[in-house]
Amino acid sequence: MTMLVLTRKLKEAINIGDQIEISILGIEGDQVKIGVSAPKDVDIHRKEIYEAIQKENNEAAAQYVDITNLFD
Amino acid sequence: MLIETKYLGEQEITNQKLLSFPLGLPGFQEEKSFVLLDIPGNGVLQLLQSVQSPMLAFIVTNPHMFYKEYNFSLDTPTIDTLKINEEKDIVILSIMTIHEPFDQSTINLKAPIIMNAKEKIGKQVILNQNDYPLKANIQIPQDQEGGE
Repeated sequence: MTMLVLTRKLKEAINIGDQIEISILGIEGDQVKIGVSAPKDVDIHRKEIYEAIQKENNEAAAQYVDITNLFD
Repeated sequence: MLIETKYLGEQEITNQKLLSFPLGLPGFQEEKSFVLLDIPGNGVLQLLQSVQSPMLAFIVTNPHMFYKEYNFSLDTPTIDTLKINEEKDIVILSIMTIHEPFDQSTINLKAPIIMNAKEKIGKQVILNQNDYPLKANIQIPQDQEGGE
């Protein structure tokens, strides 16, 4: 995958296809407030949180435990 | 239909038991069909077994057994995706990560699995409004229930 780099100012936006819009809502110091409008079947997450969930799911899925020996 | 499972050998599954996960799960986006299986002799834990991948099964539990005050609201896209009309149709499960000894195991309160039991649709929802932990201890401190 390649990366397209664009410069945007406050309140400007980017369209991805005709259904996704990303707007710059605020800039304060090293923080940028971004608004994302997308169809409901597109999940939007902070990357580090999504990766943490992926990792936890992978860990949970990778284990093989003795299910006869789990507490009840 | 007959499916191969990670823990319970071959299982006969009726179509009514099939759960659709249209978005898959984070890390398992191609896994769109699961089934919830009881663990014989265990009334607390269940298995969320992939229909297409025999070796993929999560151990899941009702988080309210461990955290009575666990609660959150669902956003509109989730309610739409799951076609939820009535609150009573909602089933909440948490994925458990097993550790030895067993009481060191954790449940994922940050990203519960929400299901519409009536429509048989599920989704793992990432809660952004709440500060619930990804690895919540299954032992509840006596003076402090709920999230960390």
